[in-house]
Order: sequence, then C-alpha cells, then structure tokens
Amino acid sequence: MNLRLLRQRFMLHLDPILLSGLGALLLVSLLVLYSASGGNEMRVLGQLGNIAIGFVALWIVANMPLHWLMRIAVPIYVLGMLMLVGVALFGEISHGARRWLNLGFMNFQPSELMKVAVPLMMAWYFEKHEATLTMKNYVIATLLLLMPVALILRQPDLGTSILIAASGFYVLFLAGLSWRVIGGLLVTAAASAPFLWNMLHDYQRHRILMLFDPSQDALGKGYHTIQGMIAVGSGGLLGKGYMQGTQTHLDFLPERTTDFIFAVYSEEFGFVGNLFLLGLFAFVIGRGFMITANASTYFTRLMAGSITLTFFTYAFVNMGMVSGILPVVGVPLPLVSYGGTSMLTLLLGFGVLMSIHTHQRLVKT
Amino acid sequence: MTPHVELKNHQRERYLFSLRLIFCLGFVGVLLAILVARTFYLQVWKHDYFDTMAESNRIFVVPIVPNRGVITDRNGVVLARNYAGYTLEVTPDKVPDLNATIDEIGKLVEIKPKDLRRFKKLMSERRSLQTLPVKTRLTDEELARFATQLYRFPGVEIKARLFREYPLSETTSHLLGYIGRINQQELDELEKQDLAANYMGSDYIGKTGIEQRYEKEMHGVTGMEQIEVDAGGRAVRMLSRTPPQSGKELKLTLDAGLQEVAEQAFGDYRGAMVAIDPTNGEILSFVSKPGYDPNLFIDGIDTESWDALNNSPDVPLNNRALRGQYPPGSTIKPFMALAGQHYEARAPGFSISDPGYYMLPGSSHQYRDWKTGGHGKVDLFTSIVVSCDTYYYGLATELGIDRMHEYLQQFGFGKRTGIDLEGEVSGLLPSSEWKMKRYQQIWYPGDTVSAGIGQGYNLVTPLQLAFATATLANDGVAYQPHLVKEIQHAPEEQQAATEPLFDLQIPAEHLKLVKGAMQAVVKPGGTAVGAFWGVEYPVAGKTGTAQVIGVKQGEKYDADKVSEYNRDHAWFIAFAPADKPRIALAVLAENGGHGGSTAAPIARKVLDYYLLGKKPKPMQKVVEKAGAEDD
Repeated sequence: MNLRLLRQRFMLHLDPILLSGLGALLLVSLLVLYSASGGNEMRVLGQLGNIAIGFVALWIVANMPLHWLMRIAVPIYVLGMLMLVGVALFGEISHGARRWLNLGFMNFQPSELMKVAVPLMMAWYFEKHEATLTMKNYVIATLLLLMPVALILRQPDLGTSILIAASGFYVLFLAGLSWRVIGGLLVTAAASAPFLWNMLHDYQRHRILMLFDPSQDALGKGYHTIQGMIAVGSGGLLGKGYMQGTQTHLDFLPERTTDFIFAVYSEEFGFVGNLFLLGLFAFVIGRGFMITANASTYFTRLMAGSITLTFFTYAFVNMGMVSGILPVVGVPLPLVSYGGTSMLTLLLGFGVLMSIHTHQRLVKT
Repeated sequence: MTPHVELKNHQRERYLFSLRLIFCLGFVGVLLAILVARTFYLQVWKHDYFDTMAESNRIFVVPIVPNRGVITDRNGVVLARNYAGYTLEVTPDKVPDLNATIDEIGKLVEIKPKDLRRFKKLMSERRSLQTLPVKTRLTDEELARFATQLYRFPGVEIKARLFREYPLSETTSHLLGYIGRINQQELDELEKQDLAANYMGSDYIGKTGIEQRYEKEMHGVTGMEQIEVDAGGRAVRMLSRTPPQSGKELKLTLDAGLQEVAEQAFGDYRGAMVAIDPTNGEILSFVSKPGYDPNLFIDGIDTESWDALNNSPDVPLNNRALRGQYPPGSTIKPFMALAGQHYEARAPGFSISDPGYYMLPGSSHQYRDWKTGGHGKVDLFTSIVVSCDTYYYGLATELGIDRMHEYLQQFGFGKRTGIDLEGEVSGLLPSSEWKMKRYQQIWYPGDTVSAGIGQGYNLVTPLQLAFATATLANDGVAYQPHLVKEIQHAPEEQQAATEPLFDLQIPAEHLKLVKGAMQAVVKPGGTAVGAFWGVEYPVAGKTGTAQVIGVKQGEKYDADKVSEYNRDHAWFIAFAPADKPRIALAVLAENGGHGGSTAAPIARKVLDYYLLGKKPKPMQKVVEKAGAEDD
C-alpha cells in the first residue's frame, strides 16, 4: 500500500474545506493559549492533546456510515439519561454543583454527552415519524428535550442546559415546528415573566439584575465582566500586540484560558483581529449550512443544521458574554478555549457533519 | 402511504426546510453583525475610556514625600530638623477589633498611657483609611521584636518616617510653631487651593509660627513613582520615577544664642521680648514666656498634656510677643516727647513745676504722678529721665488725642507690623473717632490725660513697641520687621526689603534731645540706673509700668496687697550702642512691677550678650554647644 492510497483512504470521509476552517481556529487557540497562560508550554501541549483525542473521535465518527448513527441514537440517549439520573442521586459535588459521575477511573460529566445525544435522539425521532408528523410528535420531541435539560438545570448548570435546549430547539425549528406555536410560546414566556419575577427571592432578582448591569457589583460577580470589557476595549483597533496584553498578563482577567479567552485575543489583536476571528467562525458555520442544505435525508438535515447552529450558539454566547451584551454563563469559546471535554464534543459533532457530507457524496457518485 | 404522496411530501418538506434554513442563516448573520458592532463600539468608539481603565488598573502611583526644609538661625544653628525613625501605625478601618489589637501590640512593645491617649485623640479626628501612629520612635530592639510578629497583625505596619524635631524646644516654640497631622479642615483647604496632589503622601502640615507661614516653601514638591502592579496589587516593575524636590531651607534672622539668653533672662517671669536690628528690620530675638514643647504636637498631643497647657493660668500657648496687648505705660513718653516737639507744643527749655499730680482746668480730680510729692522743676529732657507723669498729662491735654493719634500712628502703633507670622494683632491707638465708633461716646478730656502716659485705652504688643523703638533708634527710618533672612541660600526679598518702609524725617535736634534723655535713663538719676550700672557701651532706654488694675482715687497701689496676676506689668525699651544702634528691643515682664527693676535687667543681659558676647552663667543649649555644632 503506497502513501498516496493511504492518504486517500484517510481523507476519504473528511471534508477539506471544513477541516481547513477548523484547523485555522485551532491554530488561533494554540497561539492565544500560549499568551493567555503566560507562556506556559504545558497548557499548549495539553490543548494539543485535547485536539488529538478530539480529532481521532472526529475521524472515527466521520467514517461511520449514517445508519450506524441512526442505530446508536436511542441507546446513547437512554444511557445519557440514566447517567443524569445517576448524577442527581450519587453525583460528585464540586464547586457547589452536582455534575460529575465517578466512574472509578475518571470523573465523567454526562451533560457533555447529552450535547450530542439529545439532537441525535430528536433527529432520529423525527426521521422515524417523518411521513406522519403531527402535533403529538412535536410534543413528544419536546419532552425528549426537556427531560435532560431539566435534570442539568437542577445540577445546576445553566450554561450547558441553555446550549442543549438550544440544540434541541434548532431540531424542532428545522423540523418545521409551526410559527404559530413558536409565537405562542414567545407570548406565553413574555406574559409569564412578570409573574415569575414576583415569585423569585430578592437575592435571585439581584443576581439577574446584576447579570445585566455588572457595575452594580464591580468587585464581586461583576468584576469578571468589567475586566473582560476593559480588556476588549483597551485592545483598540490593532490590539496591544501578541503577549503584550496588560489585562491578561497582570492577572486582571479571570478564566483567561477558558471562558474569557476571547478577551485575551481581543486585547492583543484588536478590532481587526476580531474581524478575522469572526470571519473564521462565519466560514465554518457557512460550510456547515452548505452541508446541511445538501444533506439527503431528513435525519441528516436535522442533525447537520442543529450541529452547525449549536456551534454558532456556543460562539455567540461566549463572545456576547465577554463583550458584555449577554450575562455571564459559563460557556467556553468553541475550539479556542482550553478544555478536553468540550473539544471532544465539538469535534465529534464536526465528525458527524463530515460523515453526513462524505457518505452521501459517495452515494451520489 | 403511497409512493406518490410520499414524494410530494418529500418535496414540500424540502422546500419548507430550505425556508427554515435561510431564516437561520439570516438569524446567524444578524447576530454576527451585532458582535461586530459591539466589538467596534468597545474597541474603536470607546477605546480611550477602556484604555484609561486598563492603565489605571495596572499603574499605581506612589507619592514620595519630600524632606521638609530645615530651619536654622542666622549663624546656622539648627532650629528645626528631620530625623529618620520607625513608627508603628494602625489603619483602624482595616482592623476588626482595635482594642484587642492594641492590647496584643502592647505585649510586644511598650505602649505608654501617653501614646494611648494620643491615639484616642487621633481616632476622633482621623480621615478615613488614614493610618495612625500607636507608637512613634521605635527602638532598634522593639523594631526587631515586632517585625518578626508583624504577620499576626493585619492593618498594622511599621513605617520609616522622617520626624520633625525642634532641638531648642520651648526656647523657639512661639517663633517656629510646629507641624502636626493634617486634619480634615486643612485637607479641604488644600483641595480648594489645588494643592491636594502635592500632599498625597504628606501627613504633616505647618500649624503655627514659621512652620505655618512658610509651609509652601518648606514642604517641597512631592515626587512620584509609577509602578506596574498585577491584580493582586504586587509590584511588577517600576515604570517611571519623578524624584521629590526637598523643601527649601530657611535661614532666620534670629540669633539662637541671643534667643536663649533672653529666654533665660526672664527667669520665672512671664512676658515677652522682641529684639530687632534697627538698620534692616531683622528680628534677632523673639521670646514669649512661658513657651511649650512643640515636639509634643507633631504626632498629635495627648489629652492630658494638652489640658495642662491649655488650662494653665500662665497661658503658655499664647504668643505674647505677637498677640499679647498691654498698655505701653511710660515707654510711650519718648514718642510723646517727639510729638510735643513736632507740634511745637513744648520747647526744650520750657519747664513745669510738678506738685505730684495734675488737674484738668476746672476739675478737682487729681491725676497722680508715680512719685508722691512730684519731681519739682521738670523740662522735656528730665521728663524722660525721671519719667514724670505730670509733665505728660499736661502735654497730652495740650496736644489733644487726635494729634497724638496722628503722630504716634506713624511709628506703627495701633496697626500690625506685617511680620511674617500669622495671627498678629493690631493693638490699639485711640482717637476720638475710634471711641465714637466703638462706644458711641464722645472723647473726654480725662481720656487724653491717661493716654498721655500710655494708659487708658492704649494697647501695644511687644513686637509693635520693639518696632517703634527700632524706628526711633534708626532716626525715624523704619525697616519691615521680619524673621526669615534667606530661603534656600537666597535672600528673602519679599520680607527683607532693602528699601526702608518709611522715613519719618524727624528733625535731628528733636532726636538728639530724646535719645540723649533715654541715655540718661540708665545713668545716675535715671529710672533704670540700677540695671545698667557699669555698662560698657552707650545705651538708651526707657522704663514703663502698665497698670493691670486701676487704683482708686485717694488710694495707693501696694504690690504686696495685690494678687500676683493683678500686679503691674513691667516694660523696658532700649537700643544700643546709643550712637550707632545695632539692636533695639522691647521687654515686657508680666506682673513684674517696675520696669526699672525687672524688665531693664533682662534687657541688660540681652544687650551684654549681643554686644559684648557676655554669657550668663547657666547656658545649656545653644550658647555652650555653639562651638561644637557642625551642621
């Protein structure tokens, strides 16, 4: 077997266009991490390891035939739900939240698994009932979504539950949930807001208000947001230069390698750098939409659309939070923030996208 | 389910899906645009604002307090200096249980009750986040012992500071004043004058005396260190340093040796003395007795010491030389004699016959002379030598109060001299106009009679009288009295005007008569002969006695029957050498009785030291050490 053939076999189910976008974002990640960690190579090597593991997962999933994905949808979802219940009953408590399940050799966070399992399950469900979709099917799909979301919200983990709820909602939306229902839900939510507000405790209301006006608690919770905004704003048009960010290197920024890595990037590369980064995200998302548009089956269209939109949601919520237009919820910047689990989940998702793209291409030819 | 229906559904569903996907695309596009707009707003629109915030995050400005200017006397004797020392300071806002902390500190270093009292006083007037000294001037041993335990005391720190010290203590207290911790009122004042930045690191400010008047010159310019700090407040590196400019050194006109001689010459008497070089207005000595220890005030005086000073019947905090107002008594007579000649009311040859009292025409009230039975035949010359009251009762009546006022005010009576100290008072030189304004009463002839001998409404400060004497000594050419000779080795021009303040153009023969008579005062037959027996230089003087309580008609003043604080004040004015005066002075001994017996001997000691270098016996501080002083 010669090298060319090997390369062909290796690349067979990978999408070079999507891959180049992902690669560029991952390079940015390594570059910024080195600065954000204060020149710590271990952080960079660690992230490289995360990427490697994630990439193996991506390759495997990309090479999986689509009907395999269909087949594992239900077992994975059931397994995930069982583990979520397990967490609620026997989970490890850390940082005031019950999120981890002690598997003996490692601590596992089942909510991460659900990021893939929930849209997979819902897409599978819609595919199964494609021909005879009625209101009942939407209600059941919604229940499939709300059960894990409720369990994760209880842990509590607001960030993850919002992202999973979003990924499920995208499936519902793409599956054609009627505008009237969507409108009805929005009106109901708006109408019940004052009522819910009255039911909250004072300290809860304070926390919510604080989310929208961080200066009210500049030394406490608002500190993160304010320092993030200072970092972004002081970066200016061209940035302070690589490794030159004062907010970053003098420890004013919290969570520099994870949730606030966008602030590090913005401080050092400025508005021009941000346009470039947003361009990269737009490129990856655009490619995702193309794959979605070309997907041949109902299941794959729903899956591809949900994965693409969820990826965008990650990015938007993180950047919105760092730049102060969204409240602080613990969401990392996808592909850029340091973190093994989220890297694995994200690359797994892109593996699914590539599988969808390449397998039907093979079908077509 | 037929294939046909399925196909149709399939197409319709694909169409619907495409619509939804396009909607999503638009949704993503809008949100991305919002992100671009937001980062543009932060990074371009509001960049300056956030840049400033980032800079103030990381740059910490540390003020570097300048050294306060040293004060020396005219010969370089140090009167106020700074020395380095360590204090133990507490920031009350950072200490959870203040009393417990102080108790704990007390186990390691001795905290005297005095320190505690001072601390309590400072607590009541502190600014927020100010650090207050619990214990000043730590010994090396205390420093070492506490330094190892410092970690146990959050909010407590050891600070290296420069302390102000006044080596001559009370000898120079009223002159130099003192510095003290800046209070809220002074801080507000500094802010109003836009000086707050220059006092960022300063804890002290001049409160009285020279320290107050020359605060601006002596404080210096605060330096800055810009330090880059991390979020934890740790210094990362120094960005820039502007060195402080030390305060300027003041060289006073004062002669510290003379000051000490004068102070000791007072013995137990309260009083004041001001000595001036009549040729240039330089103040050679400025004494107010009793003094106080200005060093007590620097870090806040404790309540007990304060009460002791404040409630003492001797009023040691009162600057008598500057703010004490006393009737000038007979010391006014030489000036009256000049007025008499000026208005040609008295020719030198004219004499009166003094029966020992004076009566206004048409009145039977007797204004008594100090000498029962009178002085007999008295002319202008003799009237000064024997201090004849009757002569001046008549002269004053003849001149009238308003001419007296017009002439005497030229010598500076009734107005501030403008010395470079705060709080000077003006004394009082009465006139009919003044009385009408003040009491809505007309001026009575009787008022004029007592004004003629420096009683009645007349009030002078020792400084005023010394200034008038210096003007007389210098033949009517006056120089601005001042205390500062040089600021940072440059002549102080504002105060030490080389030009005379004024020239009264007194005719030479008038001066000759008065000065001659004043020289006769210290000779046999004069009122101050005892004090100047055997004097080796020509000296001119005049005694004076200022009544504290009035003596009723027909009664005789008897010092032994009057309580100490109601006894007469003793005055003596003098200048020497009489032919070419180098020093003019006014001495006041409160409740000292006769000028000739208590005030004149003080003046003698001062003149002997200044002109001959004669040292009275027990000289401790300056005079003895003067040779050894090498800074």
